[in-house]
Amino acid sequence: MSQIALTTRVGTARRQRRTSSTGATWGSPVTYLVATVLIAICIAPVLYIIIGGFRSNSQITVDPAGWPAPWVITNYLNVLASPVFWTEFANSSISAVSTTVGAVGLALMVSYVIARYRFAGRNVMYALFASGLMFPLTVAITPLYLLLKNMGLTNSLVGIILPQIAFALPTTVIILVPFLAAIPKEIEEAAAIDGAGRISFFFRMVLPLSLPGVITTGILAFIGAWNGYLLPLFILNNAAQYTLPLGVQAFSSEHSVDTAAVLAFTSLSMIPALLFFSIFERRIVGGLSGAVKG
Amino acid sequence: MSESAEALAIRSAGSQPARDGATTASSRAGRPGRRKADWRQRLEITLLSGPAILIFLTFVIFPVFMAAYYGFFKWKGFGVPTNFVGLQNYLTIFTDKNFLDALKHNGFIVVASLIMQGPAAIAFALLLNQNIRGRSIIRVLIFVPYVISEVIVGTGWGLMLQYQGAVNTLLTHMGLSAFRVDWIADPNIAIWSLMVIISWKYIGFAVILMLAGMQSIPDELYEAAAIDGASYWKIQRWITLPLLGPTIRVWAFLSIIGSMQLFDLVYIIWGQYVSSTAGTSTMATYMVREGRLAGNYGFGNAVGVAIFVISLLIALTYQRFVLRRDTEGALTGDGGRKRK
Repeated sequence: MSQIALTTRVGTARRQRRTSSTGATWGSPVTYLVATVLIAICIAPVLYIIIGGFRSNSQITVDPAGWPAPWVITNYLNVLASPVFWTEFANSSISAVSTTVGAVGLALMVSYVIARYRFAGRNVMYALFASGLMFPLTVAITPLYLLLKNMGLTNSLVGIILPQIAFALPTTVIILVPFLAAIPKEIEEAAAIDGAGRISFFFRMVLPLSLPGVITTGILAFIGAWNGYLLPLFILNNAAQYTLPLGVQAFSSEHSVDTAAVLAFTSLSMIPALLFFSIFERRIVGGLSGAVKG
Repeated sequence: MSESAEALAIRSAGSQPARDGATTASSRAGRPGRRKADWRQRLEITLLSGPAILIFLTFVIFPVFMAAYYGFFKWKGFGVPTNFVGLQNYLTIFTDKNFLDALKHNGFIVVASLIMQGPAAIAFALLLNQNIRGRSIIRVLIFVPYVISEVIVGTGWGLMLQYQGAVNTLLTHMGLSAFRVDWIADPNIAIWSLMVIISWKYIGFAVILMLAGMQSIPDELYEAAAIDGASYWKIQRWITLPLLGPTIRVWAFLSIIGSMQLFDLVYIIWGQYVSSTAGTSTMATYMVREGRLAGNYGFGNAVGVAIFVISLLIALTYQRFVLRRDTEGALTGDGGRKRK
């Protein structure tokens, strides 16, 4: 669902480049006060999970809202020492990385066709992918499960990676098409004069020039796959293939009395997506002003 | 519907450059050796677009059509469905109190999300739409809940909202023990707890969207208004809000569609059975419970189709009466903006 909005953000981000970040001044204290309250509301539950992992169960039972006294790191150490966590971590990584590479790679190829080739089915092709925004996973999940079962892909990571790629394609294509189309024709002509075909133009020029768009769509695909729950829930029934969201759920129902361990497990499993996002955050909103100024 | 999605996408992403690019590519078709070039181009198009189209058709479009087909059968998911029951599944769905309750909850969530998140998001975006120090770090932090998975959000909030959990303890510490309630199981409270969690999770996204919308408003308008001596509030009221209209309408559309599909949070916090007694079940949790868990795949598919049709009707109505204004105004509004 969030896809359409993201394109809007991209669209506006491209116009945004006039408002540069230089010349920032200190705002009024009221601004910072309200912003602090807002941030506190956003961060407090996350901190509750992280800090709660540093408490013991008896501390939590006595006062669920208290501060760690003393700080206990055994919960985190136990999770880090457990093979279950690392198996799920590896599964999630494989799923998210393959989805990202697959979705961005395939979308780059098809967006290149839509953006720079002229042929009869071009608009139909674009409309096909755009229509994907209207088919959410919730609607398709039951038949998708049956399809994957018939293909023998349940209980395998491939069974979640392929649908994840497919469902990431619409957003990725819609963001990349205007990006690829904005590469000036002069560059293409120059490459043609130098004897480069359109395929070698694709690898030598298009790929590097569209890197900011590639990064943005890559992050979106990665986070979507890392956090995905419904698809793994249907497709993966075998604990050996669990991804972290399924693992968190399984862990919290198995250890429902061990709240501290649940909190530690939960906070460790959100770190990668958070890290990934905070490293690349600027790219998502601002990065699309891009190397090529259309 | 594809048309509307496309319209949205085109309007927002700006398809103008796409056309320019394509025209250039076509201009060389008139050269000698055209046949060979045509053949070569066709091969390139097939090789480059084939894999994506294949995967997309197989895993997105095909299942949706299969859902429509399976929905006419009473079927346990093994072998080929043979027990054709016509519209019986749909009849069952729309007379089942559990589904109608779920639909009601979805309706409530749609309206409450718009009311709770919209004004707050605009207010926060106005506040942050100043070129102040620390803006980017603020932006990252309010986006954190959106980046965390629903499962983690559900697990964390579920623990905090337990009767013996952090929220009630905190209330006691503050001398407000009269306000201790069972946030999750009490049917009068539960849906409001869910609304708080939903708002917490998704408001960052709304704020970022509104901020992006505000930053696309040309500075010249603000400069002109400042020269005319307009106050800050008048500028926000007569320039920012009207020009933010399209962004607000797109956000509302996304919020509505998202509320109709809500699954993960409810399923994690309320489990597969408790949600209906707590009054938080949604159409999607109903689908998983009655279809997948009960093993009635024909019925589950029919519920999926029902969710799709209901969402589609809402989307089309919204498109017809609300978004249409943007599509009509697109030429004047957007064109003016692009001209700078």
